[in-house]
Amino acid sequence: MTYLSLKDVSFSYPNGFQAVQHVNMSFDKGESAAIIGQNGAGKTTTVKMMNGLLKPTEGSVIVDGWDTKDYSTAQISRKVGYVFQNPDDQIFHNDVYSEIEFGPKKLGLSEEVVKANVLKSAEIAGVTDFLKENPYNLPYSMRKFVTIASVLAMDSNVIILDEPTAGQDPGSLEIISNMIKTLNNEGKTVITITHDMEFVANNFERVIVMANCQVIADRNKRDVFWDFDILEKALLKQPHMSKIANALQIGDKIISRAELIKEIKKVQK
Amino acid sequence: MSIISIKNLTYQYPTSEEDVLRDISVEFESGKFYAVIGANGAGKTSLCNAIRGFIPHFYNGELQGDVLIEGRDIREWELGELSTKIGYVFQNPFTQISGVKDTVFDEISFGLENLGVEESEIRSRVADIIQLLEIGHLQEKNPFELSGGQKQRVALASIIVMEPEILVIDEPTSQLDPQSTEAIFSIIELMQKKGKTIILVEHKIELIAEYADYIIVMKDGKAVLQGNADDVLSNEQAIELGCALPQYALFGIEMKENGMDLGTIPLTEKKAISAVQHLLEKRRVTS
Repeated sequence: MTYLSLKDVSFSYPNGFQAVQHVNMSFDKGESAAIIGQNGAGKTTTVKMMNGLLKPTEGSVIVDGWDTKDYSTAQISRKVGYVFQNPDDQIFHNDVYSEIEFGPKKLGLSEEVVKANVLKSAEIAGVTDFLKENPYNLPYSMRKFVTIASVLAMDSNVIILDEPTAGQDPGSLEIISNMIKTLNNEGKTVITITHDMEFVANNFERVIVMANCQVIADRNKRDVFWDFDILEKALLKQPHMSKIANALQIGDKIISRAELIKEIKKVQK
Repeated sequence: MSIISIKNLTYQYPTSEEDVLRDISVEFESGKFYAVIGANGAGKTSLCNAIRGFIPHFYNGELQGDVLIEGRDIREWELGELSTKIGYVFQNPFTQISGVKDTVFDEISFGLENLGVEESEIRSRVADIIQLLEIGHLQEKNPFELSGGQKQRVALASIIVMEPEILVIDEPTSQLDPQSTEAIFSIIELMQKKGKTIILVEHKIELIAEYADYIIVMKDGKAVLQGNADDVLSNEQAIELGCALPQYALFGIEMKENGMDLGTIPLTEKKAISAVQHLLEKRRVTS
C-alpha cells in the first residue's frame, strides 16, 4: 500500500530558483529505492519535501494520509526521518548518546523506550563504541553514522538517507548496506540518494533518476543502467561490469561480476 | 631526488591517547601522483597534516622521526613559507571557505591577495582557473550558497590558483556526481602534467587505478603497504588491510578462480576489456 506519495510536485526557492518541476513518485511501506542524478538535479530538494522540511509550491506530498501542507515538520518527522547530507548541519550535542537521544526524547517517549531506541539505533549504525565521545572528535564519515543513528532512534516509518555513501570506506559501505536491509525487513521504507553507482547496483532494485529538476526514469536498475539515453541525459555512467559487457556485446543487461563471469563462461564454450 | 622524505615518523596529537601515525617511512618524488588509501580513521588526514606542516606547527605535540621538505626539516620551515610550496585542499569543503568573501571570484582570489600578488595578475589567474574548472556560472555567487559539490570545486580552485609545487588533496570528490568526479581527476592529472607533485587521499579506487603512479595503504596509523599502483591494486592482501581493489581487479581475480585466467589482473576498464577479448580469441583459435 502506498505510504508516501508526491503528486505533481514543484518547488521554487524564495529567490525564484525552481529546483523541482512536476515530480511524481510514490513508495510503499518496506520498500527501498535509490535516487540518482547529477549535483543540482533536485534530489535533495525533493526528499526535503518528503518530511516537510520544505513544502511544495505546487502539487501535494501525502504521508500516511496526511497532506504535508497541513502539518508541521515536527509532526511529519514522526513518520518520515531525514538524515542530512552534511552531518555538521545536524549535530549539536557534546556527546554521541545525547545526540541520538534528542529525537526520541522530544517525541515524549518513556525513558525506557528512549534508551532502548538509542541503543538499538547505535547498534544498527555501528556507533555503539562511541556513545560517550564528542561527535566532533570522530572522523567525518563516523559523524555521518551518528546522524543516521539519531534519525533511526525516532523510529519513523520512512528513512531518507542523503548521500550516506560519500567518503565512506568499504567497511562503512557494508554497514550501510546491512542497515538498509534490516530497516526494510522491519517494514520501513528507505530512500537513498547516492552518487555511487556500484552501491546502487549492489543494493537496490528500484532506481529513480533525476535530471534538470525532473524525474526522467523510475524503474528497475537494469532498465536504468542499460538505457543509454537516460544515462546520457542524467550524465551518469554504467556500473563497471556493465561497461565490460557492453564493450564485448555479451549477456542481457549484466550488472554484477558474477553475472559477467557466468556469461563469459557460456560464450567460451 | 625526493621532494618530500618521511623517515620513521611517529606522532600523537596532544589530545589523543595513542599515536595516530606510527613509524611511517615514505619517499615522494617530484612530479609523481601518489594516492593514500585505507579505512576511515587509519591516519590518512593526519599524514597530510604532517606533510603540510600543520603537524607539529599548528597542532603541537611531539613529532618523532623526520619529515623533510626539499631536504629541510619540517620543524625548521615557517608555516607561511610552506603554504606557498604546498597547497592543501580540505576534506570538508565547508571548512575551507574563508567566510570573508562575498563571491566565488573573490574567494578564489583570497590566497593570491594574501601573497601580495598584483591585482591585474590576480584577475587573470583567477579567470583562468574559473575557466579550467568550468565554474564560470558560479563566479558571482556567494560561496555559502553553493551546493556541497560546487563548494568542493571552488575549494580546489582556490588552492590550485596559487600554483603550489605540491598539492595535497583530501577526498576532493566525496560530494560529487560521477561526471564531476572525473572532471576533478582530469584537472588533477593536468596539474601533474604541469610538473606538480600530487598527494591524493581518495576512496574511489577505480579512478585511482587509472591515474595514480604510486599507492600508500594506511591502517591503524601505519603505512602497511606501498608500491607502484599496478602492484598494490592487484594484491589481494590489500583487501585484508581494509582497502578496496578496483572492480576490474576483483573481476580478474574471480575469473581466475573460475578457471578462466586472464593472464593478468586488469586494473582499468580498458585493460579488462582487452584481456577478455584476448581470452575469447585465444579460445576461438585453439578450438
